[in-house]
Amino acid sequence: MIRTLLSRALSLILSLVVASVVIFVMLQAVPGDPAAFMLGLNAQPDTVAALRAELGLEGSLPARYLDWVSGMVVGDFGTSYTYRVPVSGLVADRIGVSGPLAAYALLLTVVLAIPAGLIAASMRGRAADWGVMGATQLGIAIPNFWFAMLLVFVFAITLKWVSAGGFPGWSDPVAAIKALTLPAVALALPQASILARVLRGALIDTLDQDYIRTARAKGLSRRAVTVRHALRNAAIPVLTILGLQFSFLLAGAIIIENVFFLPGLGRLIFQGITQRDLIVVQSVTMLLVFAVIAVTFLVELAYTLADPRLRRR
Amino acid sequence: MIGIDRLSVSFGETAILRDVSLTLEPGRITGLVGESGSGKSITALAMIGLLPTGATAQGSINLDGRNLLTLPEAQWLDIRGNDIAMIFQEPMTALNPVQTIGAQVSETLRLNGTPRAEALRIARDRMDRVGLSAIPLDRYPHELSGGQRQRVCIALAIARRPRLLIADEPTTALDVTTQAQILDLLCDLVRADGMSLLLITHDLGVVAGMADHVAVMKRGEIVEQGSTEDLFRTHSHPYTRDLLRASRPVPRAPRPLSGDVVLQARDVTRRYGAVTAVDGISLTLHRGESLGLVGESGCGKSTLTRALLGLEAVQGGTITLLDRPGGAAMTRADRAKISVVFQDPYGSFNPRWPVHRILTEPFHLTGRPADAEARAAEALHQVGLTAADLHKYPHEFSGGQRQRIAIARALITRPEVLVLDEAVSALDVRVRAQVLTLLDDLQARLGLAYLFISHDLTVVRAICDNVLVMQAGRFVEEGPIARVFEDPQDDYTKTLIAAAPMIPADWLEDR
Repeated sequence: MIRTLLSRALSLILSLVVASVVIFVMLQAVPGDPAAFMLGLNAQPDTVAALRAELGLEGSLPARYLDWVSGMVVGDFGTSYTYRVPVSGLVADRIGVSGPLAAYALLLTVVLAIPAGLIAASMRGRAADWGVMGATQLGIAIPNFWFAMLLVFVFAITLKWVSAGGFPGWSDPVAAIKALTLPAVALALPQASILARVLRGALIDTLDQDYIRTARAKGLSRRAVTVRHALRNAAIPVLTILGLQFSFLLAGAIIIENVFFLPGLGRLIFQGITQRDLIVVQSVTMLLVFAVIAVTFLVELAYTLADPRLRRR
Repeated sequence: MIGIDRLSVSFGETAILRDVSLTLEPGRITGLVGESGSGKSITALAMIGLLPTGATAQGSINLDGRNLLTLPEAQWLDIRGNDIAMIFQEPMTALNPVQTIGAQVSETLRLNGTPRAEALRIARDRMDRVGLSAIPLDRYPHELSGGQRQRVCIALAIARRPRLLIADEPTTALDVTTQAQILDLLCDLVRADGMSLLLITHDLGVVAGMADHVAVMKRGEIVEQGSTEDLFRTHSHPYTRDLLRASRPVPRAPRPLSGDVVLQARDVTRRYGAVTAVDGISLTLHRGESLGLVGESGCGKSTLTRALLGLEAVQGGTITLLDRPGGAAMTRADRAKISVVFQDPYGSFNPRWPVHRILTEPFHLTGRPADAEARAAEALHQVGLTAADLHKYPHEFSGGQRQRIAIARALITRPEVLVLDEAVSALDVRVRAQVLTLLDDLQARLGLAYLFISHDLTVVRAICDNVLVMQAGRFVEEGPIARVFEDPQDDYTKTLIAAAPMIPADWLEDR
């Protein structure tokens, strides 16, 4: 177990190194000089050169790469070209929105998907199954920004339960959670639909297994075998999807963040790209890569909890 | 006492069981035999109230004056595991892989409100009863062998001391020695605890050695039933007679073999890390010879076979095929001279390919001849099928026909050596008898050499000229088939032969 953990941790670090090189090299290839972009079309060449030096764009590639990486290790992500403030501060603010939003959406995803998948699998072929399958089909098909606007129209404009957008900050947690509710619902709907379908499929496969028949033969009811024997065996594909979904929710909320005017990571990276604020793009991308790899690591740990065959004595 | 009276089961318009009647008395073993698809398992599932959805049952299953067929599901929950329990064929998959065996054995006790500690104590007791006293309850199924898992299944089934235990092919997936131990255990449970046992099997040898009463099923009906010895001795029904004859294929007479060596292995060794799977083995196979290879799972049979087929590199020794380098060193053209037929014909075919494509695939070894289709038709003809079958798909054939197609595929490159790896093990006895006759016939006509790997000693006895007995990577005994079977020298060979279920020979004498 310890050895597995160590080798996993080592491969995690290796992945991070490879990812950082790829991100760094690719952003060097992006057309457009940030300094020239910031100073506008009529800038003097020497002003541009001075700004390039100030932004740390001079010097050999390896030296700049090492600079960037060693900074990140101690929490220094460089200075944003456009905002002229440390990237770490920008990112920290945005994570305060994106992190809780992703966690909230993921929670809703699980809370919706597990009962739906369980009902569909145990009522296979019957009305409830058809209902879940139809609803999830719709949940996947509806574009989530459109669904988000519908939510705003119903709950913010018509019913006036919540505000239509913006984020008040965490000083008032209740207001903050209220502000994140509609975006989380909009984000969770398609994800819950996908997860419910994955769970249904995995459960149906599992319910066909011999050990389910054994459990039935010893007197367990259909519901008891589904919950006690099938659910945990169906967990592996569900955990895999869940891991992918968390990564997606963390970074993939750009459109939803725009619909609800939320200052999240998605918007930050989007603005970074349009304004050639490459240091922001580079650092946020790296951070997301780190999050994805870390979540994958956690998911693999969860596999071994779910399945004793993956543990070695 | 549990009585089945005129039980009929149908799926829509299709009748699966017709008027099955059977009485199961305490302390007695009732054998239910028949070929696959005869309705044995459906009978069992009806008795435990787990018929597949869409099946409807008529007639009655009587327990304490109640007709179980009319019970609502809620009342069935009190009967399953409590009055009637069941174990199944495949111990490898019959247990939940993510729960400890202790949890699974005690779960059935917890159902009727037994406190956790008490349930675990009883589980421990039942595990001891089935001979697993050395196995802690916190083990997971994957940490146990097949035989141990089947014992756990039995412990789980007898946890609440049911009155009837239904065992559906409980030993079919196990080695002969393990099979003998499990059957002994089941026998003991019946004799000592007064339980009733319904033993479902396709193997008449198993029934002959164990059952008090036997019922023979064919196409959903019981064609004959009676006390075991009477039924076997009189075998009045022609179907029973056919089954019996097919169960004990007659050994062929010893015959002279040519001196031509086609396949030879010398000191072949294959290690996996610290484990030596094949330990310095030598064998010689002559033209026209059938050489049997027997041994339990894990003895190295499969590794040796894979090495001979060139699917696995060896760390020591040499393999020679027709005086050319064999094993992993074979060229493609050499590979065409050695073919293999596996146990599961369905699993070894691409279900989306028509037969002619399946048959001509081995031509990638030799280059496709111009008359490939004609040779495919010829190969089909050799195995008793016709050219009209060339354009059908695997699912359109029965199990026996599929195995014929697998043999035709093996013959298409005109090999000298055919490796038959449990090639008839999945077939019903009557179909098996036909395939064995076919193999005999092909050998006589084409001068093929067979390496015949099987766990079924009856079959090996019938078809082989010589036999190799393998244990822990080595041959413990080898020699002419009649000598080894009638006068085994090695203790392990003796154990194997003693463990093989046999119908007593004098039961079969025609009167």
